[in-house]
Amino acid sequence: MADNHNQGDAIKEVGHDHAHDHGHDHDHHHDQSFISKYIFSEDHKVIAKQFLFTGIFWAVIGGLMSLVFRLQLGFPEMSMEFLRPILGGWITEAGKLEPEFYLALVTMHGTIMVFFVLTAGLSGTFSNFLIPLQIGARDMASGFMNMLSYWFFFGSSVIMFASIFLETGPASGSWVIYPPLSALPQAMSGSGAGMTMWLISMALFIISVLLGGINYITTVINLRVKGMSFTRLPLTIWAFFITAIIGLLSFPVLFSAALLLIFDRSLGTSFFLSEIYIAGEALHHQGGSPVLFQHLFWFLGHPEVYIVLIPALGITSEVIATNARKPIFGYKAMIGSILGIAVLSFIVWAHHMFVTGMNPFLGSVFMFLTLIIAVPSAVKSFNYITTLWRGNIIFTPAMMFSIGLVSMFISGGVTGIILGNNAMDIQLHDTYYVVAHFHLVMGSASFFGMMAGVYHWFPKMFGRMMDEKLGYIHFWFTFVGAYLVFFPMHYIGIAGFPRRYYAFTNFDFTKSFTDLNAFISVAAIITVFSQFVFVFNFIYSIFRGRKASENPWGSTTLEWTTPINPGHGNWPGEIPQVYRWPYDYSKPNSEKDGFGDFIPQHIPLSQTPHSNLPHEKEMLERGGNNEDEIKINEQ
Amino acid sequence: MATVATADEKKKGIDWGGGNRPLGGVRYGKLMMWFFLLSDAFTFSALLISYGMIRYSHEGYSYEKTYQVEQYGLNVPTAHVVMENGVAVTKKGEFYFSQKYWPVPEKVFEAVPFLHGKSLPLVFVGIMTFILIMSSVTMVLAVEAGHRRDQRDVEKWMLWTILGGIVFLGSQAWEWTHFIVGTDGGGALRTSGDGRNLGEVIYGAGLSENQYGPTTFANLFFFITGFHGTHVLSGVIINIIIFYNTVMGIYARKNDYEMVEKVGLYWHFVDLVWVFVFTFFYLV
Repeated sequence: MADNHNQGDAIKEVGHDHAHDHGHDHDHHHDQSFISKYIFSEDHKVIAKQFLFTGIFWAVIGGLMSLVFRLQLGFPEMSMEFLRPILGGWITEAGKLEPEFYLALVTMHGTIMVFFVLTAGLSGTFSNFLIPLQIGARDMASGFMNMLSYWFFFGSSVIMFASIFLETGPASGSWVIYPPLSALPQAMSGSGAGMTMWLISMALFIISVLLGGINYITTVINLRVKGMSFTRLPLTIWAFFITAIIGLLSFPVLFSAALLLIFDRSLGTSFFLSEIYIAGEALHHQGGSPVLFQHLFWFLGHPEVYIVLIPALGITSEVIATNARKPIFGYKAMIGSILGIAVLSFIVWAHHMFVTGMNPFLGSVFMFLTLIIAVPSAVKSFNYITTLWRGNIIFTPAMMFSIGLVSMFISGGVTGIILGNNAMDIQLHDTYYVVAHFHLVMGSASFFGMMAGVYHWFPKMFGRMMDEKLGYIHFWFTFVGAYLVFFPMHYIGIAGFPRRYYAFTNFDFTKSFTDLNAFISVAAIITVFSQFVFVFNFIYSIFRGRKASENPWGSTTLEWTTPINPGHGNWPGEIPQVYRWPYDYSKPNSEKDGFGDFIPQHIPLSQTPHSNLPHEKEMLERGGNNEDEIKINEQ
Repeated sequence: MATVATADEKKKGIDWGGGNRPLGGVRYGKLMMWFFLLSDAFTFSALLISYGMIRYSHEGYSYEKTYQVEQYGLNVPTAHVVMENGVAVTKKGEFYFSQKYWPVPEKVFEAVPFLHGKSLPLVFVGIMTFILIMSSVTMVLAVEAGHRRDQRDVEKWMLWTILGGIVFLGSQAWEWTHFIVGTDGGGALRTSGDGRNLGEVIYGAGLSENQYGPTTFANLFFFITGFHGTHVLSGVIINIIIFYNTVMGIYARKNDYEMVEKVGLYWHFVDLVWVFVFTFFYLV
């Protein structure tokens, strides 16, 4: 009972701002029913788990879809009769995959993976989970908006999922939904109701992202605990913060594009359509521009790549520093490179459009800007490697996945430099080379980051540990598998295999690559099925995993100062104040101060006289733990 | 209480050290409104940039060019036809609407209610703009009254703001109606999908054709002013809610009129956007 009371007190303090703003007390948290506690919850930790579960659900769907079209690509002669119980009418009389459905599968795989798994599943999960815990806040600035953010995502998911079961199939014009294909319902069966539902679903998704993003930004600015200055934020928080800003500025542009497209489709306007014939009949549309859509789309689309990637990089920074037992190398350079990537991400979008007939001079400008991204990316890669260098590395599954991310990021990034050149891109555009590139650098790398995050923060989420052996199995199958799938794709891309083709059996030049394509498919099947090791491990460990200790990885950040199963409000008593940056690992002489190889953020400098660095000693002598405190004390 | 803390923080000079509200003590709700407006600004920017791109992919009206085309009888695709006494008469040498080029705004927007047939370019939209900007002024006064905790004044100025918004919306409805119904003589000639002149006069505007110019001219007009109008409408609704709350004394009891400030931000933003929409559609 006493315990309960304590928690009640803590809850009353939830979101300090909160109480002041609304001027009513927070008694309504007291007797929570099942629904308000687990379903329409305003607790950021529960919302994070909701995002994670939904994300995993979508990842399974998206992964299985890729299997079906990989079977078609690798074994074009194969009978798909065995899929009839699932796909029904999408298998033709002859036992083949319906070509239109192939396009639908590719489209949905892209949409699901980019938006639902790697945006909502990754950013939604970890921004929600870690921002309040790591900055020392009781909850997000607005728990209600946070809840709405999830439920808009849920609604968007339901609509997208329902569209898969339409008789005319889901959207099939690829995830970039270029008009005129997507704008004319009569163009193909997937441009009908499926496309409409796709657009509605994405509109809801954008609202969800904006609600979430506004919350993340505000929370980081306003709710940091005392002492948690921006230069003491863990790099995860920096990453989520910048990601939210990028999303806030780029998603509304997609929103505009989607609205205009809805008008073109349903109300007969001509924003993206100019003079066009379809089935021999001249349509009334005049004067619009399909290239305009591409500009609007890629103004979101390119930043979206970083919305997907930056949280994964943030997670990796945290996991690598913790498990190498070393401070992250170049903390401020890491922040600077995230900022640099964020700024550049907005001015490179037209490198997706080199073949739209743009002025070659303009193309050169975009090439130049694109190649500059290699600089902050290289800063990050080198900093990861130098953090690992001579570190006391502990190979936890999370660490393995983080190192895997670094590997994927580098090998996928290198081909980015090639594709960024407009002369090269015109040759390689829309080939499997592009597919290989972005699956490595953004798909696999972000996925690895997400996995690293799940393995690392699972104990905080569920109070139990995931099984390490299964984690290693999962890692090696995924790591080797991802390379076996995507590395050969570079070769077939250079050979000229175009993306989004149903089959290559009609061309002579593809003959010598038939085996390689089959090989990729086999590798993909093994890799996707090895993910079920993770799914099993995840679900099993929630209920039966080893009980976690309070700080299983010996981490310095604030989330590990909470109880093993933190309640709503996170800390039962006061929130610990922050006195140092989050990377005091293996600080010389820390053992003389009675600490192991790490000193948590909430330990004051005065408790660690032996290990303080010269500037910290000086600060302490001047009477405070940081410049601000000194200023106050002097006054 | 909150304001006291803020003053305290300012005195201590803490800015970004944590445990405070760094941006001048601004609370999270107002911050969120700012960030929402930032993102909404990008939505509108995307629309206005689309406008610019489509506008400049069309030819503009040029007196010399069209006059020459007609004088030498070259193809005459854009002759201005007016119905006079049931007979189609071709007019030369003056501006006329055509689907071939972007119209001149002064010629499109020259109607004013109750002054039928008079050419008063941009007068009505000027009045509309003035009303909207005045409603921003009254909103500023409402916010200022909130700072003084003067409930009566907040009510008064909120009411004026709501009124301004409603009048603006009504004016927009009239302008749309006029735009849709069209002028007596009609405008451009109908062309077929492949660009042949069908010789029929178009009256008014719809989403697939209009009497004033290219299809996309009316498309963009409807979409962008409509999207802005939706913002004004939602602004009016929110203002009414805040007005109601003020009348019920909710903010007086809290001794905190920040909500008025937040909707004020939104209202000013919507006004600011109108300035840009006005510039693009009516002035350029």
